[in-house]
Amino acid sequence: MIDEKILFAPGHTACAGCGQSLAARLVIDASGKNTIVGNNTGCLEVFSTGYPYSSWRVPFIHSLFENTGAVMSGVEAALRHLGAKEGINLIAQAGDGGFGDIGLQAFSGLWERGQDILTICYDNEAYMNTGIQRSGLTPIGSRTTTTPVGPNAAAGNVRSSLSFKKNLVDIALAHRCVYVATASVHVPLDLQRRVKEAHKMKGPKFLHILCPCPLGWQSDVSLTAEIGRLAVETGIWPLVEYKNGELVNVKKFKELKPVEEYLKLQRRYNHLFQGEAGAQALEAWRAVVQENVKRFGLLEPTAQA
Amino acid sequence: MKQFLEGADAIARTVALCRPGVISAYPITPQTHIVENLADLIAQGKLQCQFVNVESEHSAASCVLGASAAGVRAYTSTSSQGLLLMAEVLFNIAGIRLPVVLCCVNRAVSAPINIWNDQQDIMAVRDAGMVQLFAESVQESCDLHLQAFKIGEDPDIMLPVVVNIDGFTLSHGFEAVEFPEQSAVDVFLPAYRAPYKLDVNNPMTLGPLCGPEYYLEQRYAIQETLNREVMAKVQKVADEFTAAFGRKAFGLLEEYRMEDAETVLLSFGSLCGTLKEAADALRAKGRKVGVVRLVTYRPFPKEALVRALAKAKDVLVFEKCISLGADGPVYTEVTSALYGAGAKVAVNGYVCGLGGRDVALDEILAAVDARERVSAKFMNVKQENLGSFI
Amino acid sequence: MFAKMHVKPAASLSNKTGSWRSGKRPQYLHKNCTGCRACFLICPEGCISGSKKSYDTDLDYCKGCGLCVAVCPVHDIEMVAEKR
Repeated sequence: MIDEKILFAPGHTACAGCGQSLAARLVIDASGKNTIVGNNTGCLEVFSTGYPYSSWRVPFIHSLFENTGAVMSGVEAALRHLGAKEGINLIAQAGDGGFGDIGLQAFSGLWERGQDILTICYDNEAYMNTGIQRSGLTPIGSRTTTTPVGPNAAAGNVRSSLSFKKNLVDIALAHRCVYVATASVHVPLDLQRRVKEAHKMKGPKFLHILCPCPLGWQSDVSLTAEIGRLAVETGIWPLVEYKNGELVNVKKFKELKPVEEYLKLQRRYNHLFQGEAGAQALEAWRAVVQENVKRFGLLEPTAQA
Repeated sequence: MKQFLEGADAIARTVALCRPGVISAYPITPQTHIVENLADLIAQGKLQCQFVNVESEHSAASCVLGASAAGVRAYTSTSSQGLLLMAEVLFNIAGIRLPVVLCCVNRAVSAPINIWNDQQDIMAVRDAGMVQLFAESVQESCDLHLQAFKIGEDPDIMLPVVVNIDGFTLSHGFEAVEFPEQSAVDVFLPAYRAPYKLDVNNPMTLGPLCGPEYYLEQRYAIQETLNREVMAKVQKVADEFTAAFGRKAFGLLEEYRMEDAETVLLSFGSLCGTLKEAADALRAKGRKVGVVRLVTYRPFPKEALVRALAKAKDVLVFEKCISLGADGPVYTEVTSALYGAGAKVAVNGYVCGLGGRDVALDEILAAVDARERVSAKFMNVKQENLGSFI
Repeated sequence: MFAKMHVKPAASLSNKTGSWRSGKRPQYLHKNCTGCRACFLICPEGCISGSKKSYDTDLDYCKGCGLCVAVCPVHDIEMVAEKR
């Protein structure tokens, strides 16, 4: 009964309601069967390729935690040597830790060399595969096992509040990736549209997908889409699209929902609703939203009177 | 026709004859001349190949892993810190069962930082599952490259092969080298036909998660492949090489003046040149001395070694490496092979030449005369360099 | 010598994750469906299939997350109790 055209088959061991498995399926179905996928170590690779099972109906390679940027660079060079690159989509993908922390060097090299590969970050905002540890893309103030909540948390944990989370979009733009975009799983067709747009362009491409994680975010498994929607509709996760460095598309709203609506569905943010420290933290989240509003013009201009 | 040229240049020209499709490397002394020469050959249109300039050796090894996985012959070269940085990738290439040829231009490891020759670097990855060969001369450095591609790409083997050459001595030394014709190389080393690869017409998953129920057999299979298929293939390819190009290829090991040798000097790499001179000097004085030179270090040629040492009374192992806190790796593996075979022969182990320290003929002769029993004796320790840290 | 390691495409289909469900499963009512395919698109397992205005989930793989129920704009899917 499972459609043979689906390129990411069920039977994988992702958690029920996993945002990343949803994203992975949407990405590969949009990319088509003439696609080769390279994946860093992380949730997706572990739950989709546990021997003797694999969910993938396309060629797939997993090597190490940090090197898929370089592995797929080698695949691209090999295909070019064979004169066989035309018509083949290449994807090099990783989680937030595998992409933005340990794997960033290899992706940076791939981007800088201008290789024709779509690089994708499946961002569930922590090292989930190893049990919910903080990554460079964990938003500041999120509870993880290595950033627990406590009276000495701020003083003891080496992280300033200068950066909300490591900004991969800006890093990709600085490398002059030809296509740079964010995406959300709550609008599957829009996510697939972005994947197809990316594949149409020649050169290094970057897609940053927010993947709600019921386990790590401590949310209800049936709310993955709702949480993704609220991330976008509160202005925390702007849906933007850049082509050749130019901002060509922003999802705008008449008004943004308050950040609390997004945060209260995730028990990893319980402490933001308690006491003075929590109230201050909420202000910091609102400030991030304001930055996004200003930078991307998230609010539609009001009609002229 | 022989040409007189730098070792790295000779190796680059030989690699070019092997028609790799992807080369990826990162600069590190003393390897860099090899890949610079290859880049130039590509730029001049003399080699059709993709050269990927990467951001570190870890990425260089990953890049050739990807290229090999896509079914293309791939090559890289490194030394010392670069080899250590790519260590996990080397284990990975062997584990996924892909052929890649790597030249390790042997150099000391930090700290302290030192760019000169010893073999500590490659010893750090001897467990990785790679085939490991050691060259004594520039000519042999080239010849082993030709053999390396053939060994690794055998569909029953499918493993990475590292050709070790002594930093500076062989990479920067000038030697008269004989190059084969391209047409002869094409016959000896046909195009690579991957038995499995990343191919949209035949999709498969490479590098899965293997739990306790499946992992052990993976290691067993590599062990068996090294000890059986590779052990046989190395000798077979050496014989084919000798027949094809008229130059002796030694396969597992070389025996020099071993017919009636009672004292044996044992090592690998260019140091063996000095050992052979020592043997000649001692033979001239009527002593029965020979040299065993390991050409293949992984798989460790236990049987061939035990056979070569069958009539020896004492063996002196000289190595430019040390497993700190234990003995030299070569000494350890030689004694283990001899003990396992029940051989009754005295073995001495000497550690020399670390960080490019010269090893003089007189020192070798003195070691032979010392008639001591030592296991990891450091030669030529300068007392004036020792003292407190400050 | 080799140890088997290469995994055939979609070999995961042998792993029937439907056994993961604990007490609830989605039930398609087939009453108000507009054929929007939101359920088909949102399923993390990809085990919903159908055409036009008739869809259903493959209970061999459904983990019971309830995302299909949550996204259906006309509430044509319900979570119902399931005895195992």
